[in-house]
Amino acid sequence: MHTDTHALDSQALDHETLEDVEHEHHHLTEMKVFGFWIYLMTDCVLFACLFATFAVLVPNTAGGPAGKGLFALDFVLTETFLLLFSSITYGFVILAMHKLKIKQVAFWLIVTALFGIGFVAMELWEFNHLIHQGYGPERSGFLSAFFGLVGTHGLHVSFGLVWIFVMLIHIAKTGLTETNQMRLMCLSLFWHFLDVVWICVFSVVYLFGAVI
Amino acid sequence: MSGQTSHGGASHGSVKSYIIGFLLCVVLTLIPFGMVMSGEFSNLTNILTIVATAIVQIYVQLFFFLHLDTSSEQRWNLVAFLFSLVVIIVVVGGSIWIMRELNYFMM
Repeated sequence: MHTDTHALDSQALDHETLEDVEHEHHHLTEMKVFGFWIYLMTDCVLFACLFATFAVLVPNTAGGPAGKGLFALDFVLTETFLLLFSSITYGFVILAMHKLKIKQVAFWLIVTALFGIGFVAMELWEFNHLIHQGYGPERSGFLSAFFGLVGTHGLHVSFGLVWIFVMLIHIAKTGLTETNQMRLMCLSLFWHFLDVVWICVFSVVYLFGAVI
Repeated sequence: MSGQTSHGGASHGSVKSYIIGFLLCVVLTLIPFGMVMSGEFSNLTNILTIVATAIVQIYVQLFFFLHLDTSSEQRWNLVAFLFSLVVIIVVVGGSIWIMRELNYFMM
């Protein structure tokens, strides 16, 4: 009888520790996503510095072109929609992930990547077009700030694309494990964050540029 | 785990909330672009619209896509965000202010 209770006790204890471990694991995931959020906030500050530089250097065209007439707004609108579509398709990645539907996750990741590639390709075309007209970053303070700011955003999107492909390999190899889910959550924050930065870019750089 | 519970410090959202967020963003993007491209409005109207729609759209994206809200799981995310917002305002506002004054006094 004594041993029976003892066995029961230890079983209860085991169960408790298992729950503890699970709870701790969940807590660890939460901490990691929060840590990634802190990184994104520092990235915000980085972009803020680039926006401040841009705002200060906008009038310094050194006889070169100003924003007005230099940028095609319909082109920028298309870029904006590519990013916006990629945002909602990444939303579908997260929804599929919570339902543990791995094929849907992979499908929406690829769709997101295609929109992202379209965005980066358009941006590179625009940069190339400007440089060929003789309006490269060395032309004026305004253009240096423009290439610095928009280029940094484009570089972030490119890193996001690399991350998407790395995640495709991860989930193909190990499936939707807790760790991979945590990575997909971090990537979700990163991807949506880049869209938020793009709102500031098209408002401050392109729309203000066309108006002022 | 239900669709609405917290996971990894961020709530899930649903197909509906993503679609609503997306449609709001589409509208908030088309308004400023449409106004500027039509060329029929004054500079002041354009600038105020651009600023207003940008701020609203940032809020929409933070709420619907990044799931930032005032719930207790989100408190520290929000605190960190508000702190960086203060830094951003100081850096951007301060730079523009100082450089404008500098230009003014150097003239």
